[in-house]
Amino acid sequence: MTTDIVTPENADQVRDMVAWAVDSQAPLNVQGHGSKAGLGRAVNIGTTLDLSRLSGITEYSAPELVLTAQAGTPMTDIHAALADAGQHLAFEPPDLTGLLGGDPGRGTLGGLVATNLAGPRRVQVGAARDHFLGCQAVGARGEIFKAGGKVVKNVTGFDLCKLLAGSYGTLAVMTELTLKVLPAPEDTRTVLVLGASDADAARCMSRALTSSHEVSGAAHMPAAAASACEAEAVSSRGTSVTLIRVEGPGPSVEYRAKALCRELADFGETVEVGSGESRLAWAAVRDVQPLTEPLDRPVWRVSVAPTEGPGVVDALRRQSGSVDCLYDWGGGLVWLSLENGDVAGQAERVRNAVAHAGGGHATLVRAAADVRAAVPVFHPQPEPLAALSRRLKDNFDPARVLNPGRMAEGL
Amino acid sequence: MKMPAPDQGTIARRSEIVEALRRIVPGEGVIVDEDELQAYECDGLTAYKQLPLVVVLPETTEQVSRVMRWCHENNVKIVPRGAGTSLSGGSFPLADAVTIGLGKFNKILDVDFDNRTVVAQPGVTNLAITSAVAHEGFYYAPDPSSQIACSIGGNVAENAGGVHCLKYGLTTNNLLGLEMVLPDGEVVRLGGKHLDSGGYDLMGIVTGSEGMLGVITELTVRILKSPETAKAVLMGFPSNEQAGDCVADIIGNGIIPAGLEMMDKPAIRAAEDFVHANYPLDVEALLICELDGPAAEVEHLIERVEQIAKDNGATELRISRDDAERATFWAGRKAAFPAVGRISPDYLCMDGTIPRKALPEVLRRMREMSDKYGLRVANVFHAGDGNLHPLILFDANQPDELEKAEAFGADILTMCVEVGGVLTGEHGVGIEKRDLMPVMFGEDDIKQQQRIKCAFDPDHLVNPGKVYPTLHRCAELGKLHVTGGRLPFPDIPRF
Ligand SMILES: Cc1cc2nc3c(=O)[nH]c(=O)nc-3n(C[C@H](O)[C@H](O)[C@H](O)COP(=O)(O)OP(=O)(O)OC[C@H]3O[C@@H](n4cnc5c(N)ncnc54)[C@H](O)[C@@H]3O)c2cc1C
Repeated sequence: MTTDIVTPENADQVRDMVAWAVDSQAPLNVQGHGSKAGLGRAVNIGTTLDLSRLSGITEYSAPELVLTAQAGTPMTDIHAALADAGQHLAFEPPDLTGLLGGDPGRGTLGGLVATNLAGPRRVQVGAARDHFLGCQAVGARGEIFKAGGKVVKNVTGFDLCKLLAGSYGTLAVMTELTLKVLPAPEDTRTVLVLGASDADAARCMSRALTSSHEVSGAAHMPAAAASACEAEAVSSRGTSVTLIRVEGPGPSVEYRAKALCRELADFGETVEVGSGESRLAWAAVRDVQPLTEPLDRPVWRVSVAPTEGPGVVDALRRQSGSVDCLYDWGGGLVWLSLENGDVAGQAERVRNAVAHAGGGHATLVRAAADVRAAVPVFHPQPEPLAALSRRLKDNFDPARVLNPGRMAEGL
Repeated sequence: MKMPAPDQGTIARRSEIVEALRRIVPGEGVIVDEDELQAYECDGLTAYKQLPLVVVLPETTEQVSRVMRWCHENNVKIVPRGAGTSLSGGSFPLADAVTIGLGKFNKILDVDFDNRTVVAQPGVTNLAITSAVAHEGFYYAPDPSSQIACSIGGNVAENAGGVHCLKYGLTTNNLLGLEMVLPDGEVVRLGGKHLDSGGYDLMGIVTGSEGMLGVITELTVRILKSPETAKAVLMGFPSNEQAGDCVADIIGNGIIPAGLEMMDKPAIRAAEDFVHANYPLDVEALLICELDGPAAEVEHLIERVEQIAKDNGATELRISRDDAERATFWAGRKAAFPAVGRISPDYLCMDGTIPRKALPEVLRRMREMSDKYGLRVANVFHAGDGNLHPLILFDANQPDELEKAEAFGADILTMCVEVGGVLTGEHGVGIEKRDLMPVMFGEDDIKQQQRIKCAFDPDHLVNPGKVYPTLHRCAELGKLHVTGGRLPFPDIPRF
């Protein structure tokens, strides 16, 4: 139960707060807008360190492909500034407010990097971690430090930024971040393949991704997800839809989309859709929109080798009742919406299926707080790795003041 | 550059150590003879030489694990080594450490086109990965110039880059999984054929950790389908400023080429004399811009690059007509290091990164430094991502020239940091730039990085003396001051 919210305005105040927390042995709930408060293990922390006043773009030079902004800068501001210069964050940050609840568009840059999210373009350009160049942060001893740099190529010292990306605020409080930005594509086309089974869709996506057409997104919506999709270009088909995206200069996307239509014809009827419809369809994939309802169902995010995605779903279908799903990343990212009920048992089944598929990880993305407190939200690690993670936490945050328990008990 | 004093106690135990290693790695896998050890006395930073205490060449992960465990239990240091091409002294041996050579880990274990992955042992060369998949039209994108020799494990340890990294990312962006042996001998697996991690990104921190966190024994990388076509544009400019502006305009126009390289006049001259690539000799700066992808896209972008070059005053403009001509354009750039090697007895290769807009200033100041030190410098430059490779020419046989060259290099790197850049873009810190770390990082910055070391290797047994000028004792770093609530609640706005 959060009782106290402090809203520092600069890094010095963040430092003072962390120093106080260490001294008082009072843990801090570190957050931006709190748009991802429902993501991760549920913990009760008395004091919230709200970074939303640390806001604003500090430095942005489009030709250098680098943007620096304070941690609490709203993503909407970042997207707008980049769009003005014809650029974007290439890893396609998702907006999970629909899925998790909350006002659309909420979320800060710091929260995005701390959760290492990425959208459909992950297969081509990487995740937040791959675009995170440097930061200023406050360590859990109340010291301000910097990590990384402000240039796109840097191997000086250990890559601390990789550790901070995806650490859910458990190791340090980032106060300012530098990201690599890239030119936004001029044009987009999506090839829709209609009616493929999950297994055929996986083969179809694999063929697309192993072509020389520089595919920047490969997703599959089984019939149920397709019919729930906000994008009419998808929902109007009355069957499953596999989506293959190409981006770039106009003549290039035209040529590649045509080629893909030909090369993927074995898998079903193909339809080409243009920029506007593509944008809607891919936003739906990115934000997992088709699985939003029913709101009470637990949602899992599973990452496996792309060819293994359908196998995981199959195994679960054989064991549990209704399984709704959506595939991204060429089949390697499987979003699952499962029946609400015994989530602990469900966790075991999902994770067994992942192990059976040659390994990967499964995260419980949406569930009630009491469930997320009891069931491991992040994929449990084998003991030597879990011990290593604990040693990292011990070294970075020995007093356990930064989001303790948010990732796992003891972290 | 000074290394920590070797531990005489360890040196005195040499025969005991050799015996223990022989029990783990039988046969010829333990090297003790001085003339054989000489093959390991340095890496690509040839100015420094040191015979290792002993070299062991294990063949299995289990052997690596047992070697590491024994060394850990017996307080013996180790230095991991791939192909020994590091330019920063990353695999530089120590008189009191066992060098663990990964040369026998030379197999490709799995090629999976459907998932676009290759699983390989760390001793496989970078180029061998591409060779193993080329028959199906695939390749591994990061392409360090040393790719015929350097090992993929060394690439991971250094987070190696190359010409293609502008568009396709560095090693860290193309790595999916690792098996590694931790300093205490524990074997762990990170990642796999799937993407991202369900916990802390341990693979991300091991990448580029310069062999200081453990020994990599297997890795999974991402492969890509080769582009349908590729073309290169060769552009000559009367000034470095114009070339720099052209680079900024190409990228400012939303074009991310597959490669965008620049050479200054001394580098052009050296390369032309060596490989006769027919480079123009009356220009101050040369740019090579490669575009790859579908033919329709490449044609379209080539036209735009051509226009941008003209607008920036290019006096020489050639577009490759076929792959042979494209290769000729690249020949000089690719041979730049050996070309410079021909015109000077020795050279030091620096590796700073700068914000690109600072290029004209940096090149101007570098010329002033060159005059001051009386040493020539030639520049090749990964212009697209701001990664400079100044080559400082010197003669190690002249008294003090190595020291002068090193001081010149340190000045260049300090300048890179001053203009907003970093000490190293792809070659690593190693021993070469170790003492410059404080130029870029303050005490608290370095302490945070070392906390990673403490989590992996609290006894500092793995590759000591590298990267950090001093390694804080982990007990020291771990200290925490808690007074139990005596600090007042800070005066910060609250809701
Ligand atoms: C002519 C020339 C051109 C070069 N061009 C480039 C370039 O374009 N781009 C670039 O990035 N680099 C370049 N390099 C530098 C060098 O080739 C790279 O840093 C390469 O990645 C080193 O690989 P290696 O196998 O030789 O590693 P080594 O030199 O043997 O070792 C390098 C580091 O990696 C560690 N290490 C090696 N193997 C392992 C392992 N299995 N587990 C844990 N740690 C390990 C070592 O301890 C050491 O710290 C060049 C070098 C030369 C000589």
